[in-house]
Amino acid sequence: MGDTIIEKILARASGQDRVRPGDIAVCRPDMVVQLDLLLTIEGLWHRLKKLFDPDRVALVFDHAIPAPSIKDAAGMVEGRAFAKQFGLKNFFDVGQHGICHVVIAENGLARPGELLVCPDSHTCAASAFNCAARGAGPVDTLQAMTKGVIWYPVSETVRYEFHGELPPWVSGKDVFFHIAQEWGGHSNLSMEFGGPGLANLPMTDRRTIATMCAEVSAEFAIFDYDHETEAYLSGRVDRALEPVSADPDADYRDIRRVDLSALEPYVMYPDAVPNNSAPISEFAEEVRIDQAFVGSCANGKIEDLRIAAEIVRGRRVAPGVRFIVTPGSQQVYLQAAKEGLIETLTEAGAVVTNSTCGACFGYHMGVLAPGEVCITASTRNFKGRMGSADAKVYMGAPATVAASALAGVITDPRTLSR
Amino acid sequence: MSLVREGRVWVFGDNINTDLIFSSRAFRLPHQEQHREVFSANRPGWVDKVEDGDIIVAGDNFGMGSGRPVGQLLAACGVGGVVANSVNGLCLRNCVSFGMPALSAPGVTALFEEGERARIDFAAGLIENLDRGTSIEVEGLPKLVQGLVESGGTIPMLISEGWIEAEPRLAATI
Repeated sequence: MGDTIIEKILARASGQDRVRPGDIAVCRPDMVVQLDLLLTIEGLWHRLKKLFDPDRVALVFDHAIPAPSIKDAAGMVEGRAFAKQFGLKNFFDVGQHGICHVVIAENGLARPGELLVCPDSHTCAASAFNCAARGAGPVDTLQAMTKGVIWYPVSETVRYEFHGELPPWVSGKDVFFHIAQEWGGHSNLSMEFGGPGLANLPMTDRRTIATMCAEVSAEFAIFDYDHETEAYLSGRVDRALEPVSADPDADYRDIRRVDLSALEPYVMYPDAVPNNSAPISEFAEEVRIDQAFVGSCANGKIEDLRIAAEIVRGRRVAPGVRFIVTPGSQQVYLQAAKEGLIETLTEAGAVVTNSTCGACFGYHMGVLAPGEVCITASTRNFKGRMGSADAKVYMGAPATVAASALAGVITDPRTLSR
Repeated sequence: MSLVREGRVWVFGDNINTDLIFSSRAFRLPHQEQHREVFSANRPGWVDKVEDGDIIVAGDNFGMGSGRPVGQLLAACGVGGVVANSVNGLCLRNCVSFGMPALSAPGVTALFEEGERARIDFAAGLIENLDRGTSIEVEGLPKLVQGLVESGGTIPMLISEGWIEAEPRLAATI
């Protein structure tokens, strides 16, 4: 039997001919990305004496910027001193900032066939670019930055084959919710995406799906490399691409078919992601909302803001509803300004914020009160995730969230489309 | 530290996520107070009842979610180890890297009622209910991970090898 994409990348990065499920691969990372939050939370940051390679270490301020507290501000002072001490060329301070996974994509730090390390769980976002990347946590990221070493258990892989093309107003978030509903959790499994329909799936949808794979506990996720990947990365990367494809006889745990043409918008119920959603045509409840949110590493892309603006253009957010839109990066923010999306959203009554992780993790920029209900196009619906443990967080794609913001109840975007 | 842990069991259900263990409220607290928030949303008062050496037994997908260093806070609560039907890979990393053993053991929830005593051999994968005399065997932790737990996690190693400073830097208080 042949090898999957992840097996090949882990073999190369660990200097072996081959790795197999059950092995532990001790790898050298190609890029390590550190974040503001790890400098801020007490007890996690030990000042470093050496870096394994300063050109392969990046620092991004994303979770709490501009600083909402003195503690956050002090953490970033420490970060700036660290970046200066080691002469980091990839340092994204306030002004160049964005959610790290968006910044990583925009700046070509996630490269096909390579291994990227970052503490944040949504590091799997980079897998849209055929890059092996998964959350490593704070301590293992310190080890990767200093020793240039990181270990991974090699897991079995499930292959997802896309067919067809997405209908209007259905997007990557809905594709992911379908997979999470049909096949549930993927603990101790990796996920590989390809198939004849991949060519019809734009990079924005791939990035959303890749990011969300953390929510089904996948070990690694990885997308096939194709012309769409090549087109996105063109002009963003500073060294030759070495994309990796699976062997035709790769040894998969299972191969599963996803018919994109048959999908519709989904609604995810509160508190957990695996097996917890419904196609919106089967979602019969009338759920009144207090807040709607479009943002995060999963849905703060320019394409997500375009969808939100298209839905609300010339309409008004429902009375009593807060519609918060958070661009994923300064680049996304600037592009949205140039396209007039910020104007459209603001005229409709939405609030467009600075780019940050913000409301997605309930830290600032849209925290929920007890008893409130939110529908969000971000990453998680956990109890207490976006604020009070007595708030409820539903999830949907950006179109569903924007349509719900207008109606004041969870709404099928196809009923509002022009 | 030993890879055999013995203690009283706390039983949790499926999909216990990281935010329940390490909430964003805890981000802002002084280091020695962060663990007071553990399970405050789903089991208020638990931190006052848990005792040193207690074992967490949980269902599917334990520790799903973020990269938060949950092992650090569970250790601060006194927890001696975690066994679940399945443990999220990032959670496992964020436990063993702090010297907290965690093991995926399919079927473990059927073995225990809350309050019973367990002995877990994380290396051999032997899980015993000492009150009932029942047990299951699963695959133990890989050698590399055993070594991490035995040495108390990654931080002491990075300090002793000279990669990082010995004391964590504490950001200013609010």
